[in-house]
Amino acid sequence: MEKEKHHIVPYKVYFFILLALITLTFMSIGITQINLGGYSVLGALIFSTIKSVLVLTWFMHLKFDQPFLRFMVGFVALVFLAVIFITFLDYYFR
Amino acid sequence: MQTATPVPHDVSYLDYQGKYKGIFAWIFSTDHKRIALLYLYSMMTMFTVGVLLGLAMKLELIAPGRTIMGPQTYNSLFTVHGVIMIFMIVIPGLPAVFGNFMLPIMIGAKDVAFPRINLMSWYFYVAGAFLVLASVLFGNGTPDTGWTFYAPYSFKTGTNLLPAIFGAFILGFSSILTGLNFIVTIHRMRAPGMTWFKMPLFPWSLYGTAWIQLLATPVVGITLVLVALERIFGIGVFDPALGGDPVLYQHLFWIYSHPAVYVMILPAMGAISEIIPTFSQKHIFGYKAIIASTLAIAFVGYFVWGHHMFTSGMSGTAQYTFSVLTFLVAIPSAIKVFNWISTMHKASINPDIPFLWAISFIFVFMIGGFSGLVLGALATNVYVHDTAFVVAHFHFIVFGGVGFSFFGAIHYWFPKMFGRMYDKVWAKVGWAFFFVGFLTLYSPMFYLGMMGMPRRYYDYLPEFHAANILSSLGSWVMTFGLLIIVINLFRSAKNGAIAPMNPWNGKTLEWTVPSPPPVENYEEIPVYGEKDGPYEY
Repeated sequence: MEKEKHHIVPYKVYFFILLALITLTFMSIGITQINLGGYSVLGALIFSTIKSVLVLTWFMHLKFDQPFLRFMVGFVALVFLAVIFITFLDYYFR
Repeated sequence: MQTATPVPHDVSYLDYQGKYKGIFAWIFSTDHKRIALLYLYSMMTMFTVGVLLGLAMKLELIAPGRTIMGPQTYNSLFTVHGVIMIFMIVIPGLPAVFGNFMLPIMIGAKDVAFPRINLMSWYFYVAGAFLVLASVLFGNGTPDTGWTFYAPYSFKTGTNLLPAIFGAFILGFSSILTGLNFIVTIHRMRAPGMTWFKMPLFPWSLYGTAWIQLLATPVVGITLVLVALERIFGIGVFDPALGGDPVLYQHLFWIYSHPAVYVMILPAMGAISEIIPTFSQKHIFGYKAIIASTLAIAFVGYFVWGHHMFTSGMSGTAQYTFSVLTFLVAIPSAIKVFNWISTMHKASINPDIPFLWAISFIFVFMIGGFSGLVLGALATNVYVHDTAFVVAHFHFIVFGGVGFSFFGAIHYWFPKMFGRMYDKVWAKVGWAFFFVGFLTLYSPMFYLGMMGMPRRYYDYLPEFHAANILSSLGSWVMTFGLLIIVINLFRSAKNGAIAPMNPWNGKTLEWTVPSPPPVENYEEIPVYGEKDGPYEY
């Protein structure tokens, strides 16, 4: 326990991440106004992935956690990615 | 600052009187063993309701046409039977009862990592169960969509669906919290020296299960919320009239509900992996192969959900992919069976009652597995989809798998849990009736399905009559066996002969603590040596 370091993230960083999240939310709404066909889902997924990474890294402190925990979260993200990919084998080829 | 009162080590968890008295000493207890028994009694209550509903359905099917109920009642019965049996019995089943009771003891810990969250999981379980029962007793009629709540039925039906899906949603929280607790417990609280590959197989199976509970359950939670929003606000996610896609519902539902099959079956396999070496008095064959197959089943199990949807209008590409992935799951499942058989090979077997449950588990699980190949293959699936064949396969896997393992586990760990032995003669009589009844009940459904009898109808064509009579008779024989088993265990919990510390000559840690265990399991946390292992005979 003593080995663990405590990191204090400046408010400024949190504020910029909040701004980024709000901007990305508006962008993911905005993309629905453009007819990209099947790619609109891909666009929405990219925006939400960036948002998730920001939240996980900064708000959930993953940036400062042990590599093992980062690996676990990364593994879960890969499983999730595979589930999305397989689901879209139906949607894109239906 | 509060100081904790020391817990006496010579008092069993059953006799310990803490701050609260009577029933409050149980429902406010954070002792993992008491919580396990709370789950056991709650599940037995719900199981009784589920069995009675099942019996009523089989009675309706004893003859063509209306026998004791009409189509609407029949639809409601199979819905509530499914919701109770799946969400309240087989999914929480082994982890909540035997996982809670045995996991800390088997890894040399005094409790789970988060005892209060553990108790909260049980509160969620009870709240979810009440909501589901409320949907039956109040409102505009019992839900009739089937336990899968498929769209568009789920937002078109006029029945009382919202409490049922909200109940399932809350039950999901119970499952997630249990999974989280087990993962942290296994990572952080193993006895000193108990490395990963010195951990017994039941905790390993709980570990694989816990990850599925944690990762897959939120998907169904969100899906059920979407159904509720669709019903209340017509948001158009699943409703084709509003541009939604009902097949998307099936994807989201089965992304959880197929891994949920492994939530049910992995701990069942884990319990069997404990029973077989103990009664073979041999080290388990292929310890690491069983662990690898557990993790492989948990992992591959995430990607096979589409085999429930072969006739739902999915793309051909998705159908082929899901069919191939489904066949992959058969490999680790078969590895386990080979290892169990190899453990028994040339062993000095003690054919006591837990062992009988274990080998009958392998028998029915194999039948369920082989019939699963028929459903995993695209061509044959289309032929038998939505017929009685699926019902037979499903019950052989889920009830055969989880039910037989659960009864095996309770007969195995009963002396430890209650400090009493049960009557072995009655236990064997109960097992025999249950086994014969089970086969008589579900085997004819394979034939009926192959002959084209659809599932979920209260009526059928006259040519299906004989097999349905046989199946209904089987339900009575099986229930008779069940009654013998339950009465025997209830009587023995109070009046059975005093159980020794290690009645089966087991080698895992739970057999080193008194029967029943003291409140905090160990006065001193055990230490594993270099040469210690879980099954060193």
